[in-house]
Amino acid sequence: MEYKVSLGPQHPALHEAISLRMTLDGEVIRDADLKLGYSHRGIEKLAEERSYIQNIYLTERICGICSHSHTTCFTQGVEQLMELVPARRGLYIRTLIAELERVHSHLLWLGVAGQESGFESFFMYTWRDREVVLDILEWISGNRVHYAMNTFGGVRRDVDELQKKKILDSLGLLKKRTDYYLNLAASEPTFVGRLAGVGKLSRQQAIDLCAVGPTLRASGVPMDVRKDDPYAVYDEIPFEVSTADSCDVLGRAVVRVKELIQSYHIIEYILNNLPAGPFKVKAPRKVKPNEVYSRYEAPRGENVHYIRSNGSEKPERLKVRAPTLANYPATIAMLKNGFIADIPLIFAAIDPCICCAERLVQLDDVRGGGRVLRFSELRAMANERAKKIDYTKKDIAWPF
Amino acid sequence: MIERLVHWSRVKSPWVLHLNAGGGCNGCDIEILAALMPRFDLERFGVQLKGTPRHADVMICTGAITLQNRDRVLRVYEQVPEPKFGVAAGACARAGCVYRGSYHTLVGIDQLLPVNAYVPGCPFRPAALIDAVVKLLNSVK
Ligand code: SF4
Repeated sequence: MEYKVSLGPQHPALHEAISLRMTLDGEVIRDADLKLGYSHRGIEKLAEERSYIQNIYLTERICGICSHSHTTCFTQGVEQLMELVPARRGLYIRTLIAELERVHSHLLWLGVAGQESGFESFFMYTWRDREVVLDILEWISGNRVHYAMNTFGGVRRDVDELQKKKILDSLGLLKKRTDYYLNLAASEPTFVGRLAGVGKLSRQQAIDLCAVGPTLRASGVPMDVRKDDPYAVYDEIPFEVSTADSCDVLGRAVVRVKELIQSYHIIEYILNNLPAGPFKVKAPRKVKPNEVYSRYEAPRGENVHYIRSNGSEKPERLKVRAPTLANYPATIAMLKNGFIADIPLIFAAIDPCICCAERLVQLDDVRGGGRVLRFSELRAMANERAKKIDYTKKDIAWPF
Repeated sequence: MIERLVHWSRVKSPWVLHLNAGGGCNGCDIEILAALMPRFDLERFGVQLKGTPRHADVMICTGAITLQNRDRVLRVYEQVPEPKFGVAAGACARAGCVYRGSYHTLVGIDQLLPVNAYVPGCPFRPAALIDAVVKLLNSVK
Protein backbone atom coordinates (compact mmCIF):
# COMPACT_ATOMS: atom_id res chain seq x y z
CA MET A 1 0.00 0.00 0.00
CA GLU A 2 1.23 3.46 -0.79
CA TYR A 3 0.80 6.36 1.52
CA LYS A 4 1.97 9.93 1.74
CA VAL A 5 4.17 11.44 4.39
CA SER A 6 5.34 14.99 4.72
CA LEU A 7 8.43 16.10 6.57
CA GLY A 8 8.98 19.63 7.74
CA PRO A 9 8.92 22.62 7.55
CA GLN A 10 9.92 22.35 11.21
CA HIS A 11 11.69 19.09 11.79
CA PRO A 12 14.75 18.23 13.86
CA ALA A 13 16.40 16.53 10.89
CA LEU A 14 16.13 19.68 8.79
CA HIS A 15 17.85 22.65 10.31
CA GLU A 16 16.01 25.11 8.17
CA ALA A 17 12.46 25.48 6.98
CA ILE A 18 11.75 23.27 3.98
CA SER A 19 9.06 20.73 3.37
CA LEU A 20 9.50 17.27 1.85
CA ARG A 21 6.47 15.41 0.52
CA MET A 22 7.00 11.73 -0.03
CA THR A 23 5.03 8.79 -1.32
CA LEU A 24 6.03 5.69 0.58
CA ASP A 25 5.64 2.02 -0.09
CA GLY A 26 6.41 0.47 3.26
CA GLU A 27 9.87 1.73 4.16
CA VAL A 28 10.78 2.63 0.62
CA ILE A 29 10.39 6.09 -0.88
CA ARG A 30 8.69 5.85 -4.26
CA ASP A 31 8.33 9.50 -5.02
CA ALA A 32 9.46 12.72 -3.42
CA ASP A 33 8.75 16.38 -3.87
CA LEU A 34 10.10 19.54 -2.29
CA LYS A 35 8.07 22.50 -1.19
CA LEU A 36 10.05 25.71 -0.92
CA GLY A 37 9.41 29.29 -0.08
CA TYR A 38 9.55 29.24 3.72
CA SER A 39 12.80 31.17 3.73
CA HIS A 40 12.16 33.52 0.87
CA ARG A 41 13.38 36.97 1.85
CA GLY A 42 13.23 38.91 -1.38
CA ILE A 43 16.98 39.52 -1.63
CA GLU A 44 16.91 40.22 -5.34
CA LYS A 45 14.33 42.98 -4.99
CA LEU A 46 16.10 44.46 -1.97
CA ALA A 47 19.33 44.58 -3.99
CA GLU A 48 17.71 46.85 -6.55
CA GLU A 49 17.10 49.47 -3.88
CA ARG A 50 20.65 49.61 -2.58
CA SER A 51 23.82 51.02 -4.03
CA TYR A 52 26.58 48.68 -5.14
CA ILE A 53 28.63 49.11 -2.03
CA GLN A 54 25.61 48.51 0.22
CA ASN A 55 24.85 45.41 -1.78
CA ILE A 56 28.10 43.81 -0.66
CA TYR A 57 26.64 43.93 2.82
CA LEU A 58 23.38 42.45 1.58
CA THR A 59 24.85 39.65 -0.54
CA GLU A 60 26.99 38.63 2.41
CA ARG A 61 23.78 37.83 4.24
CA ILE A 62 22.41 35.52 1.57
CA CYS A 63 24.11 32.70 3.41
CA GLY A 64 25.68 32.40 6.83
CA ILE A 65 28.12 29.64 5.96
CA CYS A 66 29.41 30.62 2.55
CA SER A 67 29.04 34.36 3.05
CA HIS A 68 32.37 35.16 1.41
CA SER A 69 31.46 33.24 -1.73
CA HIS A 70 28.41 35.37 -2.41
CA THR A 71 30.22 38.64 -1.86
CA THR A 72 33.17 37.56 -4.00
CA CYS A 73 30.87 36.45 -6.76
CA PHE A 74 29.06 39.78 -6.63
CA THR A 75 32.21 41.87 -6.27
CA GLN A 76 34.07 40.29 -9.15
CA GLY A 77 30.99 40.72 -11.33
CA VAL A 78 30.71 44.40 -10.50
CA GLU A 79 34.45 44.86 -10.98
CA GLN A 80 34.02 43.56 -14.51
CA LEU A 81 31.20 46.02 -15.05
CA MET A 82 33.38 48.84 -13.72
CA GLU A 83 36.29 47.64 -15.89
CA LEU A 84 38.37 47.79 -12.76
CA VAL A 85 41.48 45.67 -12.24
CA PRO A 86 41.66 44.80 -8.55
CA ALA A 87 44.92 44.91 -6.60
CA ARG A 88 46.89 41.66 -6.85
CA ARG A 89 47.53 41.44 -3.13
CA GLY A 90 43.81 41.99 -2.60
CA LEU A 91 42.99 39.07 -4.88
CA TYR A 92 45.39 36.83 -3.01
CA ILE A 93 43.83 37.73 0.33
CA ARG A 94 40.37 37.22 -1.14
CA THR A 95 41.37 33.74 -2.23
CA LEU A 96 42.89 33.05 1.17
CA ILE A 97 39.61 33.86 2.89
CA ALA A 98 37.71 31.81 0.31
CA GLU A 99 39.80 28.74 1.04
CA LEU A 100 39.55 29.22 4.80
CA GLU A 101 35.82 29.41 4.34
CA ARG A 102 35.86 26.18 2.35
CA VAL A 103 37.76 24.52 5.18
CA HIS A 104 35.28 25.63 7.83
CA SER A 105 32.30 24.72 5.68
CA HIS A 106 33.59 21.23 4.92
CA LEU A 107 34.47 20.60 8.56
CA LEU A 108 30.96 21.67 9.48
CA TRP A 109 29.55 19.28 6.89
CA LEU A 110 31.66 16.39 8.12
CA GLY A 111 30.29 16.97 11.61
CA VAL A 112 26.72 16.99 10.34
CA ALA A 113 27.34 13.79 8.39
CA GLY A 114 28.73 12.25 11.57
CA GLN A 115 25.69 13.30 13.54
CA GLU A 116 23.20 12.06 10.95
CA SER A 117 24.95 8.71 10.85
CA GLY A 118 24.83 8.46 14.63
CA PHE A 119 28.51 9.21 15.25
CA GLU A 120 28.18 11.96 17.85
CA SER A 121 31.81 12.12 18.93
CA PHE A 122 32.90 12.72 15.35
CA PHE A 123 30.48 15.62 15.26
CA MET A 124 32.07 17.10 18.38
CA TYR A 125 35.62 16.56 17.07
CA THR A 126 35.08 18.28 13.74
CA TRP A 127 33.27 21.19 15.32
CA ARG A 128 36.07 21.62 17.79
CA ASP A 129 38.58 21.77 14.95
CA ARG A 130 36.33 24.13 13.08
CA GLU A 131 36.83 26.64 15.89
CA VAL A 132 40.51 26.78 14.92
CA VAL A 133 39.56 27.98 11.44
CA LEU A 134 37.09 30.45 12.86
CA ASP A 135 39.87 31.80 15.07
CA ILE A 136 42.06 32.34 12.01
CA LEU A 137 39.23 34.14 10.25
CA GLU A 138 38.72 36.25 13.33
CA TRP A 139 42.40 37.22 13.44
CA ILE A 140 42.21 38.42 9.88
CA SER A 141 38.79 40.01 9.70
CA GLY A 142 37.53 40.46 13.25
CA ASN A 143 34.42 38.39 12.61
CA ARG A 144 33.52 34.74 12.89
CA VAL A 145 30.75 34.42 10.35
CA HIS A 146 30.33 37.48 8.16
CA TYR A 147 33.89 38.55 7.42
CA ALA A 148 33.09 41.73 5.48
CA MET A 149 36.40 41.46 3.64
CA ASN A 150 35.46 42.27 0.08
CA THR A 151 35.25 45.64 -1.49
CA PHE A 152 35.49 46.81 -5.08
CA GLY A 153 39.12 46.86 -6.10
CA GLY A 154 40.44 44.50 -3.43
CA VAL A 155 39.83 43.71 0.20
CA ARG A 156 39.29 45.83 3.28
CA ARG A 157 41.95 44.45 5.59
CA ASP A 158 45.52 43.36 5.12
CA VAL A 159 47.33 40.29 6.44
CA ASP A 160 50.56 41.00 8.31
CA GLU A 161 53.61 38.86 9.09
CA LEU A 162 52.48 37.91 12.58
CA GLN A 163 49.11 36.72 11.35
CA LYS A 164 50.85 34.77 8.60
CA LYS A 165 52.94 32.91 11.13
CA LYS A 166 49.96 32.19 13.37
CA ILE A 167 47.91 30.86 10.47
CA LEU A 168 50.70 28.55 9.34
CA ASP A 169 51.02 27.22 12.89
CA SER A 170 47.30 26.48 13.19
CA LEU A 171 47.36 24.88 9.75
CA GLY A 172 49.75 22.21 11.03
CA LEU A 173 47.21 21.15 13.64
CA LEU A 174 44.36 21.07 11.14
CA LYS A 175 46.39 18.95 8.73
CA LYS A 176 47.04 16.36 11.38
CA ARG A 177 43.37 16.19 12.29
CA THR A 178 42.30 15.93 8.65
CA ASP A 179 44.60 12.98 8.05
CA TYR A 180 42.84 11.31 10.95
CA TYR A 181 39.44 12.02 9.39
CA LEU A 182 40.55 10.65 6.03
CA ASN A 183 41.66 7.52 7.80
CA LEU A 184 38.37 7.33 9.62
CA ALA A 185 36.24 7.90 6.53
CA ALA A 186 38.13 5.15 4.74
CA SER A 187 38.41 2.51 7.43
CA GLU A 188 36.01 2.93 10.38
CA PRO A 189 33.56 0.05 9.72
CA THR A 190 30.46 1.59 11.35
CA PHE A 191 30.91 4.90 9.55
CA VAL A 192 31.62 3.28 6.20
CA GLY A 193 28.78 0.82 6.66
CA ARG A 194 26.31 3.60 7.32
CA LEU A 195 27.36 5.81 4.41
CA ALA A 196 28.33 3.38 1.66
CA GLY A 197 25.68 2.70 -0.94
CA VAL A 198 23.30 5.34 0.40
CA GLY A 199 21.92 7.96 -1.97
CA LYS A 200 23.22 6.58 -5.26
CA LEU A 201 23.58 9.07 -8.08
CA SER A 202 25.15 7.64 -11.20
CA ARG A 203 27.56 9.63 -13.31
CA GLN A 204 25.03 10.02 -16.12
CA GLN A 205 22.27 11.09 -13.72
CA ALA A 206 24.53 13.66 -12.10
CA ILE A 207 25.29 15.20 -15.48
CA ASP A 208 21.68 15.06 -16.69
CA LEU A 209 20.29 16.63 -13.52
CA CYS A 210 22.93 19.37 -13.52
CA ALA A 211 24.30 18.60 -10.08
CA VAL A 212 27.16 20.83 -8.92
CA GLY A 213 30.00 20.80 -6.44
CA PRO A 214 31.00 17.80 -4.32
CA THR A 215 27.74 16.03 -5.26
CA LEU A 216 28.84 16.04 -8.89
CA ARG A 217 32.49 15.31 -8.18
CA ALA A 218 31.58 12.32 -6.02
CA SER A 219 29.93 10.85 -9.13
CA GLY A 220 33.25 10.93 -10.94
CA VAL A 221 32.89 14.16 -12.92
CA PRO A 222 35.94 16.39 -12.39
CA MET A 223 34.21 19.73 -12.73
CA ASP A 224 35.35 22.69 -10.68
CA VAL A 225 34.99 26.33 -11.66
CA ARG A 226 38.36 27.05 -10.09
CA LYS A 227 39.97 24.87 -12.78
CA ASP A 228 37.55 25.19 -15.68
CA ASP A 229 37.05 28.93 -15.64
CA PRO A 230 39.62 30.33 -13.20
CA TYR A 231 38.72 33.53 -11.41
CA ALA A 232 40.80 35.63 -8.97
CA VAL A 233 44.26 34.00 -8.85
CA TYR A 234 43.37 30.33 -9.20
CA ASP A 235 45.19 30.10 -12.53
CA GLU A 236 48.49 30.73 -10.71
CA ILE A 237 47.93 28.32 -7.83
CA PRO A 238 48.69 24.62 -8.21
CA PHE A 239 45.95 22.33 -6.93
CA GLU A 240 44.03 19.25 -7.97
CA VAL A 241 40.32 18.66 -8.42
CA SER A 242 39.23 15.95 -6.01
CA THR A 243 36.82 13.30 -7.21
CA ALA A 244 35.46 9.95 -6.10
CA ASP A 245 33.81 7.18 -8.09
CA SER A 246 31.56 5.56 -5.54
CA CYS A 247 28.57 7.82 -6.38
CA ASP A 248 27.19 7.63 -2.82
CA VAL A 249 27.27 9.58 0.44
CA LEU A 250 30.60 8.02 1.40
CA GLY A 251 32.07 9.35 -1.85
CA ARG A 252 30.81 12.82 -1.02
CA ALA A 253 32.48 12.62 2.37
CA VAL A 254 35.75 11.49 0.79
CA VAL A 255 35.64 14.29 -1.79
CA ARG A 256 35.20 16.85 0.96
CA VAL A 257 38.05 15.51 3.04
CA LYS A 258 40.31 15.51 -0.02
CA GLU A 259 39.27 19.07 -0.77
CA LEU A 260 40.21 20.02 2.75
CA ILE A 261 43.75 18.80 2.10
CA GLN A 262 43.90 20.67 -1.21
CA SER A 263 42.68 23.81 0.53
CA TYR A 264 45.49 23.58 3.09
CA HIS A 265 48.01 23.44 0.23
CA ILE A 266 46.39 26.44 -1.43
CA ILE A 267 46.44 28.42 1.82
CA GLU A 268 50.12 27.62 2.34
CA TYR A 269 50.94 28.58 -1.23
CA ILE A 270 49.11 31.88 -0.88
CA LEU A 271 50.78 32.78 2.40
CA ASN A 272 54.24 31.98 1.05
CA ASN A 273 53.70 33.85 -2.21
CA LEU A 274 51.74 36.88 -1.06
CA PRO A 275 52.71 39.68 -3.46
CA ALA A 276 53.73 43.04 -2.02
CA GLY A 277 51.87 46.23 -2.84
CA PRO A 278 48.52 47.80 -2.05
CA PHE A 279 45.62 45.57 -1.10
CA LYS A 280 42.99 47.70 -2.74
CA VAL A 281 42.55 50.26 -5.49
CA LYS A 282 40.02 53.04 -5.71
CA ALA A 283 36.74 52.16 -7.40
CA PRO A 284 34.32 54.45 -9.24
CA ARG A 285 30.87 54.97 -7.77
CA LYS A 286 28.85 54.72 -10.94
CA VAL A 287 28.77 51.78 -13.28
CA LYS A 288 28.27 51.90 -17.03
CA PRO A 289 25.19 50.16 -18.44
CA ASN A 290 26.12 46.57 -19.14
CA GLU A 291 25.49 43.06 -17.90
CA VAL A 292 27.70 40.37 -16.49
CA TYR A 293 27.56 36.74 -15.46
CA SER A 294 29.89 35.86 -12.63
CA ARG A 295 30.85 32.32 -11.55
CA TYR A 296 32.41 31.14 -8.34
CA GLU A 297 33.15 27.76 -6.83
CA ALA A 298 31.53 27.91 -3.40
CA PRO A 299 32.06 25.06 -0.91
CA ARG A 300 28.74 23.60 -2.07
CA GLY A 301 29.25 24.02 -5.79
CA GLU A 302 29.01 26.57 -8.51
CA ASN A 303 27.52 29.85 -7.44
CA VAL A 304 26.28 32.23 -10.10
CA HIS A 305 25.39 35.90 -9.98
CA TYR A 306 23.95 37.79 -12.91
CA ILE A 307 24.17 41.57 -12.61
CA ARG A 308 22.74 44.19 -14.91
CA SER A 309 23.67 47.83 -14.48
CA ASN A 310 21.95 50.87 -15.91
CA GLY A 311 24.47 53.65 -15.43
CA SER A 312 23.30 54.69 -11.97
CA GLU A 313 24.79 53.70 -8.64
CA LYS A 314 22.28 50.92 -8.08
CA PRO A 315 22.07 47.66 -10.01
CA GLU A 316 19.02 47.21 -12.20
CA ARG A 317 18.87 43.48 -11.62
CA LEU A 318 20.71 40.96 -9.50
CA LYS A 319 20.03 37.29 -10.02
CA VAL A 320 21.49 34.75 -7.65
CA ARG A 321 21.65 31.04 -8.38
CA ALA A 322 22.98 29.31 -5.30
CA PRO A 323 24.49 25.81 -5.60
CA THR A 324 21.81 24.19 -3.42
CA LEU A 325 19.15 25.07 -5.96
CA ALA A 326 21.07 23.26 -8.68
CA ASN A 327 21.33 20.20 -6.46
CA TYR A 328 17.63 19.82 -5.65
CA PRO A 329 16.73 17.73 -8.74
CA ALA A 330 19.62 15.39 -7.95
CA THR A 331 18.39 15.10 -4.34
CA ILE A 332 14.98 13.94 -5.50
CA ALA A 333 16.64 11.32 -7.71
CA MET A 334 18.77 10.18 -4.78
CA LEU A 335 15.79 9.92 -2.43
CA LYS A 336 13.79 7.76 -4.83
CA ASN A 337 13.96 4.09 -3.91
CA GLY A 338 15.86 4.90 -0.75
CA PHE A 339 14.74 4.19 2.80
CA ILE A 340 13.02 6.57 5.21
CA ALA A 341 15.91 6.25 7.66
CA ASP A 342 18.30 7.60 5.03
CA ILE A 343 16.42 10.84 4.36
CA PRO A 344 18.42 13.08 6.73
CA LEU A 345 21.67 11.58 5.48
CA ILE A 346 20.86 11.95 1.79
CA PHE A 347 19.50 15.40 2.30
CA ALA A 348 22.48 16.49 4.35
CA ALA A 349 24.85 15.03 1.75
CA ILE A 350 24.24 17.88 -0.68
CA ASP A 351 25.05 20.22 2.21
CA PRO A 352 21.83 22.12 1.75
CA CYS A 353 21.74 25.80 2.47
CA ILE A 354 18.06 26.36 2.09
CA CYS A 355 17.87 30.07 2.62
CA CYS A 356 20.48 30.58 -0.14
CA ALA A 357 18.25 28.94 -2.65
CA GLU A 358 14.93 30.65 -2.08
CA ARG A 359 14.26 32.79 -5.12
CA LEU A 360 11.06 33.96 -6.67
CA VAL A 361 10.31 32.98 -10.22
CA GLN A 362 7.37 34.13 -12.22
CA LEU A 363 6.52 32.07 -15.23
CA ASP A 364 5.51 34.50 -17.89
CA ASP A 365 5.23 34.33 -21.60
CA VAL A 366 8.89 34.76 -22.44
CA ARG A 367 8.16 35.84 -25.99
CA GLY A 368 6.14 38.71 -24.61
CA GLY A 369 9.38 40.19 -23.31
CA GLY A 370 8.76 39.42 -19.65
CA ARG A 371 7.56 41.90 -17.09
CA VAL A 372 9.04 43.97 -14.30
CA LEU A 373 7.44 43.25 -10.94
CA ARG A 374 7.05 46.27 -8.72
CA PHE A 375 7.62 46.17 -5.02
CA SER A 376 3.97 46.82 -4.26
CA GLU A 377 2.90 43.96 -6.52
CA LEU A 378 5.30 41.63 -4.79
CA ARG A 379 3.98 42.68 -1.41
CA ALA A 380 0.40 42.10 -2.53
CA MET A 381 1.35 38.68 -3.88
CA ALA A 382 3.07 37.73 -0.64
CA ASN A 383 0.09 38.80 1.46
CA GLU A 384 -2.31 37.00 -0.84
CA ARG A 385 -0.29 33.81 -0.51
CA ALA A 386 0.01 34.05 3.23
CA LYS A 387 -3.76 34.42 3.51
CA LYS A 388 -4.31 31.17 1.68
CA ILE A 389 -2.35 29.21 4.28
CA ASP A 390 -4.47 26.68 6.07
CA TYR A 391 -5.70 28.11 9.36
CA THR A 392 -7.83 25.14 10.29
CA LYS A 393 -5.53 23.78 12.95
CA LYS A 394 -4.77 27.12 14.46
CA ASP A 395 -7.34 27.13 17.24
CA ILE A 396 -6.97 23.54 18.28
CA ALA A 397 -6.64 23.30 22.06
CA TRP A 398 -3.48 21.44 22.92
CA PRO A 399 -3.98 18.92 25.71
CA PHE A 400 -1.64 20.78 28.06
CA MET B 1 7.28 20.35 47.49
CA ILE B 2 6.74 19.00 44.00
CA GLU B 3 6.39 22.51 42.71
CA ARG B 4 9.69 23.50 44.22
CA LEU B 5 11.33 20.47 42.68
CA VAL B 6 9.91 21.33 39.28
CA HIS B 7 11.06 24.90 39.59
CA TRP B 8 14.52 23.83 40.67
CA SER B 9 14.88 21.44 37.76
CA ARG B 10 13.60 24.04 35.35
CA VAL B 11 16.26 26.50 36.42
CA LYS B 12 19.01 23.90 36.62
CA SER B 13 18.30 22.27 33.31
CA PRO B 14 16.34 24.28 30.77
CA TRP B 15 15.69 22.43 27.54
CA VAL B 16 15.76 24.59 24.49
CA LEU B 17 14.13 24.38 21.13
CA HIS B 18 15.93 26.03 18.28
CA LEU B 19 13.55 27.39 15.72
CA ASN B 20 14.59 28.93 12.45
CA ALA B 21 11.83 31.37 11.61
CA GLY B 22 12.78 31.35 7.95
CA GLY B 23 13.94 34.79 6.97
CA GLY B 24 17.56 34.85 7.99
CA CYS B 25 20.83 33.61 6.67
CA ASN B 26 21.80 30.63 8.79
CA GLY B 27 24.73 32.36 10.46
CA CYS B 28 22.87 32.58 13.74
CA ASP B 29 21.82 28.91 13.67
CA ILE B 30 25.40 27.89 13.20
CA GLU B 31 26.48 30.05 16.12
CA ILE B 32 23.83 28.46 18.35
CA LEU B 33 25.22 25.05 17.47
CA ALA B 34 28.73 26.33 18.03
CA ALA B 35 27.67 27.48 21.50
CA LEU B 36 26.70 23.90 22.31
CA MET B 37 29.98 22.47 21.02
CA PRO B 38 33.07 21.67 23.13
CA ARG B 39 34.65 25.14 22.91
CA PHE B 40 31.78 27.06 24.51
CA ASP B 41 29.84 24.15 25.94
CA LEU B 42 26.49 25.60 26.87
CA GLU B 43 25.53 22.17 28.17
CA ARG B 44 27.49 22.75 31.35
CA PHE B 45 24.60 24.98 32.43
CA GLY B 46 22.27 22.05 31.91
CA VAL B 47 21.01 23.43 28.62
CA GLN B 48 20.01 20.73 26.18
CA LEU B 49 18.94 21.15 22.59
CA LYS B 50 15.67 19.36 21.88
CA GLY B 51 14.04 18.45 18.61
CA THR B 52 10.42 18.79 19.64
CA PRO B 53 8.64 21.82 21.07
CA ARG B 54 6.76 19.69 23.61
CA HIS B 55 9.95 18.95 25.53
CA ALA B 56 11.21 22.50 25.55
CA ASP B 57 11.13 25.28 28.12
CA VAL B 58 12.93 27.92 26.11
CA MET B 59 12.42 28.66 22.45
CA ILE B 60 15.37 30.31 20.75
CA CYS B 61 14.21 31.94 17.56
CA THR B 62 16.59 33.06 14.83
CA GLY B 63 15.88 34.94 11.64
CA ALA B 64 13.05 37.23 10.69
CA ILE B 65 9.67 35.58 10.32
CA THR B 66 8.59 35.12 6.72
CA LEU B 67 4.95 35.43 5.82
CA GLN B 68 4.75 31.85 4.65
CA ASN B 69 6.24 30.60 7.89
CA ARG B 70 4.25 32.85 10.21
CA ASP B 71 1.53 30.43 11.20
CA ARG B 72 3.93 27.55 11.56
CA VAL B 73 6.02 29.54 13.99
CA LEU B 74 2.89 30.33 15.99
CA ARG B 75 1.86 26.69 16.03
CA VAL B 76 5.25 25.58 17.22
CA TYR B 77 5.17 28.22 19.94
CA GLU B 78 1.72 27.09 21.06
CA GLN B 79 3.00 23.57 21.52
CA VAL B 80 5.69 24.57 23.99
CA PRO B 81 4.24 23.83 27.45
CA GLU B 82 3.83 26.63 30.00
CA PRO B 83 5.77 28.36 31.46
CA LYS B 84 7.70 29.14 28.31
CA PHE B 85 10.34 31.68 27.45
CA GLY B 86 11.16 33.17 24.11
CA VAL B 87 14.62 34.32 23.09
CA ALA B 88 15.09 36.42 19.96
CA ALA B 89 18.62 35.66 18.80
CA GLY B 90 20.38 37.81 16.26
CA ALA B 91 19.68 41.09 14.54
CA CYS B 92 17.14 39.47 12.22
CA ALA B 93 15.00 38.22 15.04
CA ARG B 94 15.26 41.55 16.84
CA ALA B 95 14.56 44.00 14.07
CA GLY B 96 14.87 42.44 10.66
CA CYS B 97 18.54 43.19 9.93
CA VAL B 98 19.17 43.78 6.22
CA TYR B 99 15.84 42.26 5.28
CA ARG B 100 13.96 45.09 6.96
CA GLY B 101 11.53 46.45 4.42
CA SER B 102 11.31 43.29 2.38
CA TYR B 103 7.90 42.22 1.11
CA HIS B 104 8.05 38.79 2.68
CA THR B 105 9.41 39.26 6.19
CA LEU B 106 8.10 40.70 9.44
CA VAL B 107 10.21 43.19 11.33
CA GLY B 108 11.28 41.24 14.37
CA ILE B 109 9.94 38.23 16.22
CA ASP B 110 8.28 40.33 18.92
CA GLN B 111 5.56 41.32 16.49
CA LEU B 112 4.29 37.78 16.75
CA LEU B 113 5.51 36.20 19.97
CA PRO B 114 6.30 37.40 23.48
CA VAL B 115 10.06 37.66 23.88
CA ASN B 116 11.91 37.42 27.20
CA ALA B 117 15.47 38.01 26.06
CA TYR B 118 17.12 39.60 23.06
CA VAL B 119 20.59 38.73 21.84
CA PRO B 120 22.10 41.43 19.64
CA GLY B 121 24.60 40.91 16.85
CA CYS B 122 24.74 39.76 13.27
CA PRO B 123 25.49 37.07 14.17
CA PHE B 124 25.95 37.18 17.92
CA ARG B 125 29.00 35.51 19.36
CA PRO B 126 28.29 32.24 21.19
CA ALA B 127 29.42 33.95 24.38
CA ALA B 128 26.58 36.46 23.99
CA LEU B 129 24.06 33.65 23.78
CA ILE B 130 25.47 32.08 26.94
CA ASP B 131 25.17 35.44 28.66
CA ALA B 132 21.54 35.70 27.57
CA VAL B 133 20.71 32.23 28.84
CA VAL B 134 22.38 32.88 32.21
CA LYS B 135 20.54 36.18 32.60
CA LEU B 136 17.26 34.56 31.68
CA LEU B 137 17.79 31.82 34.24
CA ASN B 138 18.69 34.35 36.91
CA SER B 139 15.51 36.27 36.25
CA VAL B 140 13.49 33.07 36.56
CA LYS B 141 15.03 32.09 39.89
S1 SF4 C 1 21.20 38.29 12.30
FE1 SF4 C 1 22.75 38.24 10.67
S2 SF4 C 1 23.76 36.26 10.94
FE2 SF4 C 1 21.83 36.16 12.07
S3 SF4 C 1 20.36 35.25 10.67
FE3 SF4 C 1 20.21 37.48 10.46
S4 SF4 C 1 21.58 38.02 8.78
FE4 SF4 C 1 22.13 35.96 9.46
